[in-house]
Amino acid sequence: MSAVVSVAGLERRYRDHRALAGVGFELESPCIAGLVGRNGAGKTTLLRILAGQELPGAGRVHVFGAAPLENDAVLRRMILIREDQTYPDLRVRQVIASAALLYPRWDAELARTLLDAYELPPARQVKKLSRGMRTALGIVLGLAARAELTLFDEPYAGLDAVARTFFYDQLLADYTAHPRCILLSTHLVDEAADLLERVLVLDRGRLVLDTGTDDLRGAATAVTGPAGGVERFVAGRETLGWRTMGGQTRTVMLGRLDPRDRELAEHLRLRLEEVTLQQLAVLAAERPESGLTTARAS
Amino acid sequence: MQLYEDGGPIFVRIAGELADRIADGAVGEGERVASSNELAAFYRVNPATAARSLTLLADEGLVEKRRGVGMFVVEGARERLVAARRRRFAERFVRPLVVEAARLGMGADEVVGLVRDEAASARVTAGGGA
Repeated sequence: MSAVVSVAGLERRYRDHRALAGVGFELESPCIAGLVGRNGAGKTTLLRILAGQELPGAGRVHVFGAAPLENDAVLRRMILIREDQTYPDLRVRQVIASAALLYPRWDAELARTLLDAYELPPARQVKKLSRGMRTALGIVLGLAARAELTLFDEPYAGLDAVARTFFYDQLLADYTAHPRCILLSTHLVDEAADLLERVLVLDRGRLVLDTGTDDLRGAATAVTGPAGGVERFVAGRETLGWRTMGGQTRTVMLGRLDPRDRELAEHLRLRLEEVTLQQLAVLAAERPESGLTTARAS
Repeated sequence: MQLYEDGGPIFVRIAGELADRIADGAVGEGERVASSNELAAFYRVNPATAARSLTLLADEGLVEKRRGVGMFVVEGARERLVAARRRRFAERFVRPLVVEAARLGMGADEVVGLVRDEAASARVTAGGGA
């Protein structure tokens, strides 16, 4: 495995707003990673900088071992599909034809299959497509380009659950046949969670979590039950967010459970629930100094 | 055996389901188990996750790799899995039953009676279906 993306000490400011602050990570191939964070967390800025569409303020950004900005050799090996992608005055057919020229690994047959599946009319002007259809066109380009580094920025605007599931299935099938490095920004984390090998959480420009999803799952548990029992159960563990209602208490406890913990919970009449990746991402953003950020296994 | 861990990572759960299929005889000894790519598509998971499931089964000595062909169920895998499930039977099923019964003020005799009734009706159903 070799690093496709290598970022260190990345900063980006817009006037007095710090869009990215001290961001550092590496991505290797093959991998499907998720970039997670609230609106304004810096996801799009980071993706645009990786794609050479924006200047880093400070720090090092290497893609395939070189700075991507105005570097044609690097840019031909990657594609960024944005939610608000705009196309010049072109028809669907023309967009597809120019992508075929631009991307050396373009798969014309896959493009045709996907255009049919999403029922995209080839002769239609792109600006006259519905929002969902424009998103679908982005998905067709992003998959058929088969770029060694594929960046998707929230590729589901205007898509319903069925169309999104179709996208995840196509992504997985094509990734399996042609392993590469895919970074997908999303706020629908749980929907894509099982596809992701790794998750990066951005919060207010800082990378607060970077870990393998297998290591993260089960790293925290929601505990609900009588207050005294919950307190006894979580004693000595790090907890996040306590809520009470009547005599019932609920908290999230960090750390893994063993069978004896489950027995004790049963005895104390507590309900244990796995915390989803989405909730973990929110917790990591709220408490960047918590034990969650060290959940990564060696 | 790490296989039947509750609430573990998804690759452990997929490995558990594969093990159940071996234990139930749905995949026989000497037969090929699904490849990591097949598992990835079926469970909609990352191929690396699926590959970890198969590695776990291999580490437990339930499947073995035949170079270039795939993973196959080893002789004796089914027997070992059934034995492992029997060992965990009390912990997984009987203990929760007894705990809930105690909460409801039901004694052991009452529970045993219900178990007998259930077993009898299960036999009738199974017999009717055969």
